[in-house]
Amino acid sequence: MRYFNNPEAFMKLMASMQSGIVATLTIFFATLIFSIPLGMVIALLRMNRRRIISLPVSLYILVMRGTPLMLQIFAIYFAIPMLTGTNLNRMTATILAFSLNYAAYFAEIFRGGIMAIPVGQHEACQVLGFTKTQTFFHVVLPQVVKRVLLPVSNEVITLVKDTSLANIIAVGELFRAAKNEASRTASVEPLFVAGLFYLLMNGVVTLVFSYLTRRMDYYKD
Amino acid sequence: MLQAINVHKSFGETGVLKGVSVRVSRGEVVAIIGRSGSGKSTLLRCMNNLETVDGGEIRIGGEALVSPGPDGKPVYKKDGELRALMLKMGMVFQDYNLFPHYSVLRNLTAPQMLVLKRSAKEAREKAMALLAKVGLEEKANEYPCNLSGGQCQRVAIARALCMDPEILCFDEPTSALDPQLTQEVLSVIRALAEEKRTMVVVTHEMNFARDVADRVIYMENGLVVEDGPAQEVLGANRSEAIRAFAGEANY
Ligand SMILES: Nc1ncnc2c1ncn2[C@@H]1O[C@H](COP(=O)(O)OP(=O)(O)OP(=O)(O)O)[C@@H](O)[C@H]1O
Ligand SMILES: [Mg+2]
Repeated sequence: MRYFNNPEAFMKLMASMQSGIVATLTIFFATLIFSIPLGMVIALLRMNRRRIISLPVSLYILVMRGTPLMLQIFAIYFAIPMLTGTNLNRMTATILAFSLNYAAYFAEIFRGGIMAIPVGQHEACQVLGFTKTQTFFHVVLPQVVKRVLLPVSNEVITLVKDTSLANIIAVGELFRAAKNEASRTASVEPLFVAGLFYLLMNGVVTLVFSYLTRRMDYYKD
Repeated sequence: MLQAINVHKSFGETGVLKGVSVRVSRGEVVAIIGRSGSGKSTLLRCMNNLETVDGGEIRIGGEALVSPGPDGKPVYKKDGELRALMLKMGMVFQDYNLFPHYSVLRNLTAPQMLVLKRSAKEAREKAMALLAKVGLEEKANEYPCNLSGGQCQRVAIARALCMDPEILCFDEPTSALDPQLTQEVLSVIRALAEEKRTMVVVTHEMNFARDVADRVIYMENGLVVEDGPAQEVLGANRSEAIRAFAGEANY
């Protein structure tokens, strides 16, 4: 053992992995911030009655869910500069790929949630004179949130672990930092520490979602 | 006040309304009865713009919700005016359709504030007054999931009344309720009838129709077969058709 029985070496390890942790958290939060609203927009477009709108969106969802995220990261990092001529920063490409990918998953979860709202709710809104927008924001969305919490928590937990995929375009996130440290010192301990960190993050995610679930428990449908 | 003229409606191949004409005057309570599948709900839903008609005309307070265009195809009122016109109509559903994520009070105040732009205070006062009227003041802060079916339906009635509709429609408001709960809802509707509110009630409760309604409309197969004062249609001299129908219903 190189680190676990040596507090000083362990602190050094943590310090060298610190920027990796920051990068991982950046990918994680940025993806959530972008993909959740985007997922809602995609869900609504997917449900549009006009096929010209819903069909391309279905195709988008098929491609995003049907190909490896790793490939998508590659594609965005290398293809966008080729198409647009502007260079994409590694972190930006990563966040873009993750957001587009996770938005597709969230879209399908949200679509399921929206479709599960009884038609009676829409009809009640209509006879009361609500506009479509009021119906969505005041009646549909709050009920969808409660219904999708569980499947969304699954995705968020997966996202924590998926952040490690960014290392394939050499983003210095946690997994890459741990791997580098491990090969530099010929020890598996940094990888073990990384694993613990992912686990810790998901522990927090689990707690947050169980708090949100309890918050939503004030009514049953 | 409310008028349907020669309304046609089909779902795919099956004609559900085959030329229905109905007229409801101000202050009148009209009960619509008829077998399952005769088109009662569809008629009510057409009048509340929850279904679009295939032909005919519907007028609310003298204004046309829909009327035949030059080519005979139905033409609906334009969006903005349509919403304003539909505010004259109120609707109570069989399965209440309360907003489960809102407290009883908020179910009543939210529509007033969002649609009628009433202040929170005004909406609240109106809501509490109407909850008192249906006997549910003490449930104001409960959530619908904690109420009985009868209580839910009374909240739904109060919610519809909050919007001050000129015409209130009910689609089998008691069909989901057991007999005791049915009575508490019916007595609320009876009280509204005594205030001379204009109401259209689709119901299977024949006694209620006879006692409370001014007029009874009997529908069969997408057509109005009988339309007359409740005492005539359901009284001692009732027709064979009504006898046959009522024999099956709980008369
Ligand atoms: N959305 C729909 N799509 C297809 N068919 C429908 C639809 N709504 C109603 N129908 C059909 O139209 C007919 C009339 O239905 P409607 O609900 O108006 O009858 P009702 O008189 O209200 O019957 P009940 O007493 O059972 O409520 C039925 O045969 C029904 O199957
Ligand atoms: Mg019906």
